[in-house]
Amino acid sequence: MRLSCNWPELGSRLETNMLDSVMKNGKFAFRLLLLGLAAFVAPARSQENPYIVTYDHYLEEPGNLEVEYFSTFGTQRGGNDFHAYWMEFEYGATAWWTTEAYFDGQTTFNDSTLFTGFRWENRFRLLQREHFINPVLYLEYEQTSGADKILKEVEGHDVEADYAIPNAIARKEHDHELESKLLLSKTFSGWNIAENTIATKNLTGGNPWEFGYAIGASRPLALKASAKRCSFCPENFIAGIEMYGGLGDRYTFGLHDTSHYLAPVAAWNLPSDWTLRLSPGFGLNDNSHRFLLRWGVSREFSGFGSAVSRLFGGRR
Amino acid sequence: MTARPASIRILHIALLVALAGCPVLGQKEKKEKEDAYFPGKKDVYAELSKAPRKATARRNPLERDPEAVAAGAKLFDLHCAECHGDMAEGTHKGPSLHASEVQQATPGTLFWILTNGVVRRGMPVWSKLPEPQRWQLVSYLKSLDSAGATSH
Repeated sequence: MRLSCNWPELGSRLETNMLDSVMKNGKFAFRLLLLGLAAFVAPARSQENPYIVTYDHYLEEPGNLEVEYFSTFGTQRGGNDFHAYWMEFEYGATAWWTTEAYFDGQTTFNDSTLFTGFRWENRFRLLQREHFINPVLYLEYEQTSGADKILKEVEGHDVEADYAIPNAIARKEHDHELESKLLLSKTFSGWNIAENTIATKNLTGGNPWEFGYAIGASRPLALKASAKRCSFCPENFIAGIEMYGGLGDRYTFGLHDTSHYLAPVAAWNLPSDWTLRLSPGFGLNDNSHRFLLRWGVSREFSGFGSAVSRLFGGRR
Repeated sequence: MTARPASIRILHIALLVALAGCPVLGQKEKKEKEDAYFPGKKDVYAELSKAPRKATARRNPLERDPEAVAAGAKLFDLHCAECHGDMAEGTHKGPSLHASEVQQATPGTLFWILTNGVVRRGMPVWSKLPEPQRWQLVSYLKSLDSAGATSH
């Protein structure tokens, strides 16, 4: 898809048109995919947390596939506002290992629409049982362009000005990153408290390790379940708050030149197998976007692993 | 009255023995089928005995809640039936919960296993459900008839 460097403007325009087409077809493909999944596997209802950036220690149930779509609308000083989005396919390989693929894209208003890369994430539960604090190891490989704006995590010296660069320039930067996180989480009296420590290494260009954090707390609106199936029962709603930001890099560790956000979060687990999430985020310093509005929709499918296994002659 | 030939008498006796043996054979077949469903069930049941004494002694605070069983049944349908079967009869992903090992376990033990899961055997931890919901599930599990499936 990449064109000759001699005609960058024409190439960029052509590529944008092609990607627009891919995005439109992508939406169609997503609908087809959902239909296909619905035909072969049963939907599963689970209690999803409301976090968008923070991870707790709960993994996907084994054999289940969760298909998720998320959006981030961001205001941008010194540039154009943007709408970034990503698809997640989260699969519970075992009760202690969840693997996930992400596909990112973004539209910058008055600029262009781009596919900005993919990520492959793995989470490993380190202890078999519940403890006072429950650690999970997170390892991710990502191949994204400099135009990626999903802000799934904030690390190092990521600041708002980085996102003001026009897509045609930003997309020329290619990042191959290895990202690790230590996820610590605890649930007590209905409250979940989670803390993530992030360490990221860009494998291109001898960049230093960069660090970041995310913390979150959430609680269902009711702890007891009602006896009847209902959409608006308070136990279906989980509300909370999360805070995330960068901690500099190996050479300049700390809060200098970093951005930080505080975001109320809410999730609605519908009995019709869907989960909706909403989170308005607010920048906490001058380096942060003033406002980020995130929302997401997800659906979990049980028995995906068995369905795939059956396709290849496995046990029914 | 004519005497039946010896061969017919032997045939009748053989038939009676075969019929008498059917339930035993049927049970054996059922057991083999259950084992084939979820071969690791012994490990899962064995996990029940690992619950700490303090956990096993816990009483269900919702024991007398008239809605607990119905709410537990709803939660079971939402979160557990996928692996343990709609009637908790067991599937290839999870063992039967009508088994005596489960039915004879104390409410505290069931609560403990729900909280901790049996991760190496595929059962996730369910501490993400608030404590009252886990106790509602325990109420439902204890209401299951160990002799057979109950509807919910």
